[in-house]
Amino acid sequence: MDERHSPATAVQTRRQAAFLSDPKVRAIVYQVAALGLVGLLGYYLFTNTVANLHKQSIATGFGFLTKEASFEIGETLIDYSAADTYLKALAVGVLNTLKVAFIGIILTVILGTFLGIARLSTNWLVAKLAAVYIEVMQDIPILLQLFFWYSFFYDILPAPREAIEPMTGLFLSNRGVVFPVPEWHPAYGYAAAAFGIGCLAVSAVRRWARQRQERTGRIFPVFSVSLGLLIGLPLVTWLLAGAPHRMSVPELRGFNFQGGMSVSPEFGALLLGLVIYTAAFVAEIVRAGIQAISKGQTEAAMAIGLKPGQILNLVILPQALRVIIPPLTSQMLNLTKNSSLAVAIGFPDFVSVASTTMNQTGQAIEGISLIMVVYLCFSLLTSLFMNWYNKKMALVER
Amino acid sequence: MTAATQPTVRPAGLKAPVIRIGVVQWMRRNLFNGVFNSLLTVVVLLLLYKIVPPFVQWAFIDSFWTSTAEQCRAGGGACWSIIPANLRFIIFGFYPYELHWRPFLAMLLLVGLLLYSKNRNHWRRSLLWMWIVGLVVMGTLMKGGILGLTAVESDQWGGLPLTLMLSVFGMVGAYPLGILLALGRRSKLPAIRTISILYIELIRGVPLISMLFMSAVLFPLFLPEGVTFNKILRAQAAIILFTAAYIAEVVRGGLQAITRGQYEAAESLGLDYAQKMRLVILPQALKIVIPPTVGILISAFKDTSLVVIIALYDVLKTTKSALANPVWMGFSPEAYIFVGLIYFVCCYAMSNYSRRLEKELHS
Repeated sequence: MDERHSPATAVQTRRQAAFLSDPKVRAIVYQVAALGLVGLLGYYLFTNTVANLHKQSIATGFGFLTKEASFEIGETLIDYSAADTYLKALAVGVLNTLKVAFIGIILTVILGTFLGIARLSTNWLVAKLAAVYIEVMQDIPILLQLFFWYSFFYDILPAPREAIEPMTGLFLSNRGVVFPVPEWHPAYGYAAAAFGIGCLAVSAVRRWARQRQERTGRIFPVFSVSLGLLIGLPLVTWLLAGAPHRMSVPELRGFNFQGGMSVSPEFGALLLGLVIYTAAFVAEIVRAGIQAISKGQTEAAMAIGLKPGQILNLVILPQALRVIIPPLTSQMLNLTKNSSLAVAIGFPDFVSVASTTMNQTGQAIEGISLIMVVYLCFSLLTSLFMNWYNKKMALVER
Repeated sequence: MTAATQPTVRPAGLKAPVIRIGVVQWMRRNLFNGVFNSLLTVVVLLLLYKIVPPFVQWAFIDSFWTSTAEQCRAGGGACWSIIPANLRFIIFGFYPYELHWRPFLAMLLLVGLLLYSKNRNHWRRSLLWMWIVGLVVMGTLMKGGILGLTAVESDQWGGLPLTLMLSVFGMVGAYPLGILLALGRRSKLPAIRTISILYIELIRGVPLISMLFMSAVLFPLFLPEGVTFNKILRAQAAIILFTAAYIAEVVRGGLQAITRGQYEAAESLGLDYAQKMRLVILPQALKIVIPPTVGILISAFKDTSLVVIIALYDVLKTTKSALANPVWMGFSPEAYIFVGLIYFVCCYAMSNYSRRLEKELHS
């Protein structure tokens, strides 16, 4: 090759080759190329979209948010009517999503922990049943489970007139579940406030106890005192306020129940499906967390004279939680994302309100961006929490 | 003390106590070891007694298997008859009735390929070619139009073949993209890293359903006028884009697990970036992440059911439409249990395999 070139050009090619094989130059070339490609793709999609929108004469922008929604929403946490704006309708949707996620996460963690412990039980029957549950529920798509529970409410449960009553006051029918709740009384508000004060007091007591232990070495029974504060304060407040205990019991009037608290079939099916599905995954996480702690840890803690409660609190839980919390948070996020499947069974969560909005206004780009942004916010908040937690929990090594 | 010094030879004619052998011993050790466990066993047995016999009565003893819907309604048991009566629609959807053998053959081919690939001794380059040929043959069988096969438009595809296609092609398409994204995320070049991180986190932060909505509504807007893809391909694209982000994270885990020495050794041999990755790093990293990749395949398989929401006729949607027929209305538990069984068998086989593989690869 080289013989065909004059010496001058050979030097030049070598210099060019050297220039191109300089890692710094190459890095810049690659990055510019990548950015250019992404930019071109974006530009291509953007121009196509603008042309298409122009052709179909669809207006863009979020102006539609302030227009009248003119559709009803079955379940709302805040006052909403068809005369309100799309913005408010979407807010109702977000709140409904948060409601499902909040209640769902609490129930899932309880059921999942229970199942995870059951999975490791020395009782053969319990361990096997938990294992079967975990395997089966993990292997059936959540959407199918949602459909199943939805049909459970509408096809299997009877009309309100023949409602099933497994416990006094609790009725299951194809209109959903109704159960008795205490009738509202200001005393409950006071008790809730007392609980809040109790929480503050507990955190103060904990800080004080910790400081005193560091100073003097004396241990303060934080757990029992906290429990007393958290339960005792609201209880005393409730008693002082006259101990109201009238219950609002559901009664069959005409075709449906009056009074009590009612859960719609859609919400019930969504919650059941999400909890039963996600709990199987949580159970596996809990099991792994428990198994991650070797027996030696417990024995070592016993050897330095810790009491059983302290062993759990100071040795086992901090280590197990370090294993459990990160995947657990991602499961909670999964539950929140899966709650978007509510659109398939007609529960008005955010995605289903947004999709109604899209159908009515034709603002598909805005609608889908809103869905993505809202869920991204959820996951951003979760990962912020995770970073904070990881920093707090990270092993401090030499 | 005496117990330790006792001779191990048992005196003739003296058997071990009943509570130390056989079923009784097993039950004492596993079901009744302690007050709490005994109570638990009793409670669980009571619960099972409450649930299992009525279920067996409903599902098997009182059930109908080949009757008409009217006979089912007269009786009180499960109406499994809905399955044989609608089986071909549930499995094949709107695919032309007389051509059902083609998707059936395609599915058989897929199952055969999967079973063949299970054995790690078969993991050679030839397997890759077999898969490529196999997928082409499956596509030809489904689509037709050549070799004297009648053409079947893809909007008539449905049922189980569609479910399998969406998940298999979703995985095949997402895998290379996922690897590229993982490499991008681990790259030293800030621009490439940022693009990869943005893509991965954006996709992982949103539910699949929003991607499917996007495929149904926005993809047509993104493309120039006149260029159209049908709904199935668009959903397939959305599934690929979605799955790739998850694969990227799994592969990244594998890349992080490779020790620095491997990178340095490859560099000191004078390999460039592509050679280093292709010949040294990726073969090791991808091997580590095989079990979690199977996990992603399982969730991709389950997630294909979400296409119901954008009205594609996968196996769940065909079941729902069979149930929408007034004749069979109200027998949804039976139908859903049947579809659930299909999903369970597939996922259980995969997760079992992944667990076995994990054990093999660890040892």
